[in-house]
Amino acid sequence: MVSQSAFRVPPVDAVALETRAQDLATRSIKQAAKAEGLRMAIAMMDLTTLEGMDTPGKVRQLCQKARRPLPSRSDVPGCAAVCVYPDLVEVAVDAVAGSAVQVASVATGFPAGRTDRRTKLREVELAVKAGATEIDMVIDRGAFLSGRHALVHDEIAAVKQACGDAHLKVILETGELKTYDNVRRACQIALLGGADFLKTSTGKVSPASTPPVVLLMLEVVRDWFLDTGHMVGVKAAGGIRTSKDALRYLVMVAETCGDAWLSPQWFRFGASSLLNDVLMQLERLRTGRYQRPTDFSSD
Amino acid sequence: MAKTEKKARGKRAQPKGPALQFGGKWAYAPAPESTDVVTLRERYDLFVGGSFVRPKSRRWFPTVNPATGHSLAEVAYANAADVDLAVQAAKKALPGWRKLSGDDRARYLFRIARILLERAREFAVLETMDNGKPIKETRDVDVPLAAQHFFHHAGWADKLELLFPGAAAGQKPEPVGVVGQIIPWNFPLLMAAWKVAPALAGGNTVVLKPAETSPLTALLLCEVFQQAELPPGVVNVITGDGATGKALVEHPGLDKVAFTGSTEVGKQIQAAVAGRKVDLTLELGGKAAHLVFEDAALDQAVEGVVRGIFFNQGHVCCAGSRLLVQESVHDTFVQKLQRRMARIRVGDPLDKNTDMGAIHSQAQLARIQELVQAGVDEGAELFQPACSLPRHGYWFAPTMFTGVTQSHRISREEIFGPVLSVSTFRTPDEAVQKANDTSYGLSAGIWTDKGARILWVAERMRAGVVWNNTFNRFDAASPFGGFKESGFGREGGRQGMRAYVRMPGALLPG
Repeated sequence: MVSQSAFRVPPVDAVALETRAQDLATRSIKQAAKAEGLRMAIAMMDLTTLEGMDTPGKVRQLCQKARRPLPSRSDVPGCAAVCVYPDLVEVAVDAVAGSAVQVASVATGFPAGRTDRRTKLREVELAVKAGATEIDMVIDRGAFLSGRHALVHDEIAAVKQACGDAHLKVILETGELKTYDNVRRACQIALLGGADFLKTSTGKVSPASTPPVVLLMLEVVRDWFLDTGHMVGVKAAGGIRTSKDALRYLVMVAETCGDAWLSPQWFRFGASSLLNDVLMQLERLRTGRYQRPTDFSSD
Repeated sequence: MAKTEKKARGKRAQPKGPALQFGGKWAYAPAPESTDVVTLRERYDLFVGGSFVRPKSRRWFPTVNPATGHSLAEVAYANAADVDLAVQAAKKALPGWRKLSGDDRARYLFRIARILLERAREFAVLETMDNGKPIKETRDVDVPLAAQHFFHHAGWADKLELLFPGAAAGQKPEPVGVVGQIIPWNFPLLMAAWKVAPALAGGNTVVLKPAETSPLTALLLCEVFQQAELPPGVVNVITGDGATGKALVEHPGLDKVAFTGSTEVGKQIQAAVAGRKVDLTLELGGKAAHLVFEDAALDQAVEGVVRGIFFNQGHVCCAGSRLLVQESVHDTFVQKLQRRMARIRVGDPLDKNTDMGAIHSQAQLARIQELVQAGVDEGAELFQPACSLPRHGYWFAPTMFTGVTQSHRISREEIFGPVLSVSTFRTPDEAVQKANDTSYGLSAGIWTDKGARILWVAERMRAGVVWNNTFNRFDAASPFGGFKESGFGREGGRQGMRAYVRMPGALLPG
């Protein structure tokens, strides 16, 4: 067990953090920069479906969309990954075969994480075995909020081990952590536990991703890199629906972490409805005309 | 030709180890705000008695766009005869204006505030063109705050008795009379609002003199006064130079002088009104300190320090131009600051993504260059991020000195530019002592996560405004003003209103 003092972190000032996020939100992204940003956003997208209603058919639709978001345009990149529940990993792996699209599986009793450790690890192992190359785990918020930080850390470390070669995204569910100080500490725990990505939210809790929370996480991975030389990614998930939102996140990445993080390898959007809005804006830029939502397939 | 070095001088070696790369992968396209909304006149006359009149002096002078160095328009020069006409106009308007009910005066102020907001974009663009500050500041700070000052003081106009209870029975706070107001070039519209709004709320009439190098938004404000049908002569605006200001201050028709500007001129004004029955408020220079303690939220403190010194190119009297940082976090903090300074976008002030615009004038640029050279000569270590500055106009890169001591000129003299001087402290006592070791006392910023320490330090600061974990925040309800050579009197809030009324029956006037 790691000593609790390893999780001591610097304080975060909420007002000033939110001011900075708001400041960056006023950046005006136009013309070529906008088109480039929107294409980046597509390439960084984890196209997500996480519902009780999910079926193999629905997942196959999503995978096709991820491979070719806009079939008529070859300059529109594919998405980074599809994100599904563990039982649909096999379907997704099959449907993305031959493309660069990755298959991410949520795991560890998503979204609440309220199962036994052995069950969580077994779930991860099975998802990896089924072909998931990315695992999106949830942290034990109950343990975190009751101060059992070492327990949270050890669980992350155990899941990381169970992942093998698969990339581990650690979902902090910041909407349940409530304070930026908690988020800062949860980031530290995840980094020490071996996370490859810090992820904001499950999408099942409101608020999900917010600009100040992601700004804070970007500052954390930036400082972690400067201290250790080790790069960790950030995934903003949930509540990001418009192109404008996506560009604002990218501005934060560009001005906080810089060029290296402006890549699907180190920054992701977890979203479902965002993609069509981005496609709509891209086509507007290309054609000079506003597009109808019905011009794009709804998957 | 005003030019600063194109490349950073004496750039500090970056610490070894992992490095971040910026700006190579996703460059923002230019996003200039359109100037279509502004109609510049070739010549601007004086605003006296409710209309624009040709100056008796028969002279006009150019006002320059600092980002290009080109003249925008010609502005009338007011000589002593013009000043006299303006004061007479204000005097003539006084009886009618002071007789109006507070409620009626409030209506004019509300109207001015509303029209100002309706024409917000026009004011923002013109302010940026005439001053050189970035459009994002004029749009998000200068203009909204100016409107807020009119709204706020509209609310006071009919509540002066509640504001100042204690006048003798049956008597009310009374206007001071004719007020001469002289404002600086760093916040031309905002300072006009700070001065005019409380004066009108209190029932005074005004002769306002904007700065020689940034008169256009005050003149545009005159159009707003006309639109609002403000009675003629209640506000008169005369443009000119130091001699114009001198003529105004020395005019025997004034009952009060309010000045914002340099300490040097403030002293001359104080001498000029000595021995006369003229009220005086002065808001002068500053050399404010940030005190960053080791337990502060460092990333947010970095943002605050950047906002504190690079906001408005550092042309801010309350700018946090000295950084006192606890020795234990000095290196970390300075590295964070250096990285952050390299992200400041310097350039076309009309571009919506510009963080820092042009230095306001050739003269100011020369002053900044002189003091930065003094810092180098005295042995402080200079840091400027690599940034390309435009070829025309007046520019200076964001600058930081480390290893600065209390006796360096750059820690004693007001630079009024984007130059930060960093020194260290070991204990809270030493921090307080160093922060107060200045002839100024306008503002201070405390950065710590500890509530008790905030109170302990704030209590000991000899400064008019003390910000805690933030900086350069302004509000019409909050009094602003200085200690020591930063002046006296307050602007904003109840304390600010006090300077614009006299209390009958009170032992002392004013």
